[in-house]
Amino acid sequence: MLSEALVWAIFLLPVASFLLIGGVIRPLGPSVAKAAGYVTILALGVGFVLSLWLLRSHAHGVVYDFAPHLWLNLAPGASVQMGLLLDPLTNVMLVVVTGVSLMVQIYSMGYMDGDESFARYYAYMSLFSASMIGLVLASNIVQMYVFWELVGLSSYLLIGFWHDRPSAAAAAKKAFIITRIGDVGFLLAIIFLFFQADDFAAQGLNALHIPDIWTAAAPIAAGGAGIVAGGALLWLCLGLFAGAAGKSGQFPLHTWLPDAMEGPTPVSALIHAATMVAAGVFLVGRFFPVFSESEGAMMVVALIGAFTAVFAATMGLAANDIKRVMAYSTVSQLGYMMAALGIGAYNAALFHLFTHAFFKALLFLGAGSVNHAAGTFNMMYMGGLRKAMPFTYWLTVIGALSLVGIFPLAGFWSKDEILLEAWLGTGAVETSVSLLVFVLLLVGVLLTAFYSFRMVHLTFHGEFRGGGEQELHDCEEAGQPAPTGVSHHVHLGESPWWMVGPMVFLGISAVIAGWVANPIGVKSVFGLIPSHWLTDYFASGLHDGHHAPPFSIAMAVISNVVALAGIGLAVLTYAWPRGFTNTDPLTRGGIIHAVLAQRYYLDHLYEGVIVGRVFYRVVAAVTDWFDRNIVDGIVGLTGWISRNVGSLIALAQNGQVQTYPLVAALGGLVIIVLYLILG
Amino acid sequence: MPSGFNGLLTATVFLPAVAALLLATGIVRDARSIRWYAGIVALADLVLSVIVFVLFQPGGDRFQLIDRFDWIDTGTVQASYLLGVDGISAPLVMLTGLLGLCAVFVSFHINDRVKEYFIWLFVLQTAVMGVFTSLDFLLFFLFWEIELVPMYLLISTWGTGRREYSAMKFLIFTILGSAFMLVAIVAVFVSSGVGSFDMTRLLEPGGALDASRAALPLGVLFWLFFIAFAVKLPTWPVHTWLPDAHTDAPTAGSVMLAGVMLKMGGYGLLRVNAGMFPEQLANFALPIVALGVISVLYGAVVTLRQTDLKRLIAYSSVSHMGLVLIGIGSVAVVGGALTDAGLTGAAMQLFTHGTITGLLFVAVGILYEKTHTRHIPDLGGLANRMPILAGAFLIAGAASLGLPAMSGFVSELLVFFGAFRAFPALTILAVLGIILAAGYILWMIQRTMFGPRPARWDGLTDASLVNTVPVALLVISIFAVGIYPAWLTDVFRDGLEPIVNAYNLGIAGSR
Repeated sequence: MLSEALVWAIFLLPVASFLLIGGVIRPLGPSVAKAAGYVTILALGVGFVLSLWLLRSHAHGVVYDFAPHLWLNLAPGASVQMGLLLDPLTNVMLVVVTGVSLMVQIYSMGYMDGDESFARYYAYMSLFSASMIGLVLASNIVQMYVFWELVGLSSYLLIGFWHDRPSAAAAAKKAFIITRIGDVGFLLAIIFLFFQADDFAAQGLNALHIPDIWTAAAPIAAGGAGIVAGGALLWLCLGLFAGAAGKSGQFPLHTWLPDAMEGPTPVSALIHAATMVAAGVFLVGRFFPVFSESEGAMMVVALIGAFTAVFAATMGLAANDIKRVMAYSTVSQLGYMMAALGIGAYNAALFHLFTHAFFKALLFLGAGSVNHAAGTFNMMYMGGLRKAMPFTYWLTVIGALSLVGIFPLAGFWSKDEILLEAWLGTGAVETSVSLLVFVLLLVGVLLTAFYSFRMVHLTFHGEFRGGGEQELHDCEEAGQPAPTGVSHHVHLGESPWWMVGPMVFLGISAVIAGWVANPIGVKSVFGLIPSHWLTDYFASGLHDGHHAPPFSIAMAVISNVVALAGIGLAVLTYAWPRGFTNTDPLTRGGIIHAVLAQRYYLDHLYEGVIVGRVFYRVVAAVTDWFDRNIVDGIVGLTGWISRNVGSLIALAQNGQVQTYPLVAALGGLVIIVLYLILG
Repeated sequence: MPSGFNGLLTATVFLPAVAALLLATGIVRDARSIRWYAGIVALADLVLSVIVFVLFQPGGDRFQLIDRFDWIDTGTVQASYLLGVDGISAPLVMLTGLLGLCAVFVSFHINDRVKEYFIWLFVLQTAVMGVFTSLDFLLFFLFWEIELVPMYLLISTWGTGRREYSAMKFLIFTILGSAFMLVAIVAVFVSSGVGSFDMTRLLEPGGALDASRAALPLGVLFWLFFIAFAVKLPTWPVHTWLPDAHTDAPTAGSVMLAGVMLKMGGYGLLRVNAGMFPEQLANFALPIVALGVISVLYGAVVTLRQTDLKRLIAYSSVSHMGLVLIGIGSVAVVGGALTDAGLTGAAMQLFTHGTITGLLFVAVGILYEKTHTRHIPDLGGLANRMPILAGAFLIAGAASLGLPAMSGFVSELLVFFGAFRAFPALTILAVLGIILAAGYILWMIQRTMFGPRPARWDGLTDASLVNTVPVALLVISIFAVGIYPAWLTDVFRDGLEPIVNAYNLGIAGSR
């Protein structure tokens, strides 16, 4: 049993480390910068242990229910309280966040070594970790929104960490603004809840307290309060989902995530793969009792998720930057999770969030390790790194197999569960919808397998194609600016242990985390973890938790056959023509390849056409012109002023500058007062 | 009727004026001593204003720390020297003290007519504090008018660019607004039938304003006051003096202008329009909220096009002050009782915008002092050379776009909460403004602080220690409100409670 203070400590430790680094270590200069790393690692290490303890004791039946603390009292039925909502979802998220963050912080000791802003990096990382922990702990929707925005800020700061690169600064801004478009929906959902405060108050509920919102959405027949229902409920869910879609890069708000790869690679691993981008999934999961009351909302979530899963994977086929491949893969996998939530497979979605955090963080750290050696992220300049960096190679292959969902790696178990639930249907949405989701997700498996092993082949197999040095040379010849992250620093060898160590830990997790956390086919693992433990634990957090269907060998065979087919295609395409040089065989796809490589021209549409042309050059320009010429002209009596200011100034410049208006104003006042008294 | 003479408010209000008088007599002569003298006076006044805030007891008498002295009493006409604070004005007095100190510290580089400069800055501070504490309409108007003089001179003498034009434009707009207010004050005086300018009487529940005796219809009076305050706030379409005045004012002028003088408009709306005309406010809430929404969106769109940093911040102020109107208009709830969320949000927005925009102008001032330009395309990549300045921009920017844990978020949220209950559709439009705010703020930061740095800025040094003082003070105030807002909201709510009660009584009565 943990005391309340110890639970808060999980959040407060990284806050303290942020303050310590920002207030003391960074001002002391580069000589003590290393301390920033140790402080962060220590804070998160303790937090990880506490999180494990919390998870273990909660799973053993200890009930954690601490009274929240009043932050802002607003009205009867609506007050903002800072509290702890310690349910299975939060407890597992805490372990994922602190665990992956800890690994990434250790890795960063090697990866960021020698960066002149080392301390600033760890300050931001601490800020991010604290905000993310605060987000998953929140028991009040405003509290959640506070940390929701703060992870957005940390993400902004870390994407733009190398802010002297224009592309990084632009990507940071893009990420913040696009996620903020979604946040408007989230904010409106909160405002709508406040609007209902009187109805909540009548039932003794707080419109901003998350468990009370669950109650309010449940119909009276089911023991709920039935306050929000029908169209209002649908709009409430869609508002929340808009926020979730922005954060989790769901179509059509996905465009920021690939650009976010401008940040340092460990940042991509932690924030843009394992944790923050999963916050959208977490948000829908957090309000799952609300969503599940609205079939319309569930259908939207399911279809957007499934569409994104395939849509993003197709863009991953044509990307040449290893991190961008990973970014599309992340968007796609988040689509799997959303789709699973939408069809009612709550446990499976969160199980996939859990396994994905490990294998995707591993893949990103692998990409960082590759960059460390090759001096570039462009796979066209890699190749043959297998021999130089055996650990990185094998760990990346493990991560890729886990991502693809090959038996018996972690990703297999969770992805298989999603597919099975979609095939069988849970009753949350119509069968036709869940079957459509199933088909899309199965297509996604094929695509995932293809792009993953395209990546493995281009990076590690074949002959080395020169790395960053060659790329810079080519850029110079073509007269183009060098892309981000390219350096002359090419040294083909394994990365230091600071980096390989955390990768090994994540590699082991990517293999076993699925089966060990959610054992199937045995009574228990070592007598400690019973069969279906994780999904049952998630289900126990819901009132009417739906238990996972029994394991289906047929489904496992189907998904593995599809995955192996994708891998086979990739091997055929990239390993067959032995003389592979710098041309991707996929470019023979002509216009289709161009559309994929140009990301369906959506970035161009959003930024070039809508924001740049329509909004900035037309709407804003016309408003600005209107302001200067019409409003200022009419209301401002500009003509009169410009005609008269001259003569007024001439008067004032007789050495009487200070006195003239003073005398005028005071004179006026005297007249007024006299008038009032005498009149 | 409040009476007595506490003395604290008089000291707080007039300390700067007395210091200015002493300065005029020439007790301190060289520029360096004058600066430190000014710093000490401003610090003392900040301490006094904090004491005012701390001594104000929410839940006690409505008006506290009363200083009363009857100065005109002809039998038919009574005018008093009457100062006092309630929950609305006590925080604003503290805000004025805070920004007054910041204004002095950002003025240390002034070398031209230093003595006169600080004299006018002090007169300005006394005038603004007087506006916030006066409870007699005549006195209120007097302070309201006096404030014009130092501001006019600060802009026209120590400003940049088309400073005479901008100063005159500022003067004309405000005086035209004041003319409306003067008519309204006289009409109120005549209508009230008590022969007194005492605002506390007019603010009593039920009010002394009697429609049957009114010299002008109460609706007309309401709009006369509204125009005067709306010009000052400013709201669309009478905002165009603000970008010019801000751009051409010296840094301290911009800080005081954005930080406290715009707040006089918002304060007037709360004190007079909401406090004395609850029924009219409810009737006219729709056009007021509509004006607010137009200001929010229009201001934000125009902000995006600006290339002068000060002009950019000025337009963002137009956008942010629109939220004050939306919050005030939120009284017209449909069904159910009025909560104080919207009004508290409006009052909070006055305070938080004061500190946030104050910080933005301080930062621009420091930047201008070093680079002698505010033209955004000339800047870029300064974060590596000036980390403290970049930090100030980032914090002020993040607060300005409504990021939680900073003060701006609290006021925005409260305004939206309150307004949605009255005008859901208009509120949704206003919420879209937060996307635009993120756009113009982050784009501004990107173009000035990030990206490649032009070679001419390679030799820049970061903010000096003197410059860091106002930055630190404002940053602390932004986080203090953002992290735990209740200490401030509770005071504002106490001041707004009578207005909310009067309104709810009004609906109960009409049923």
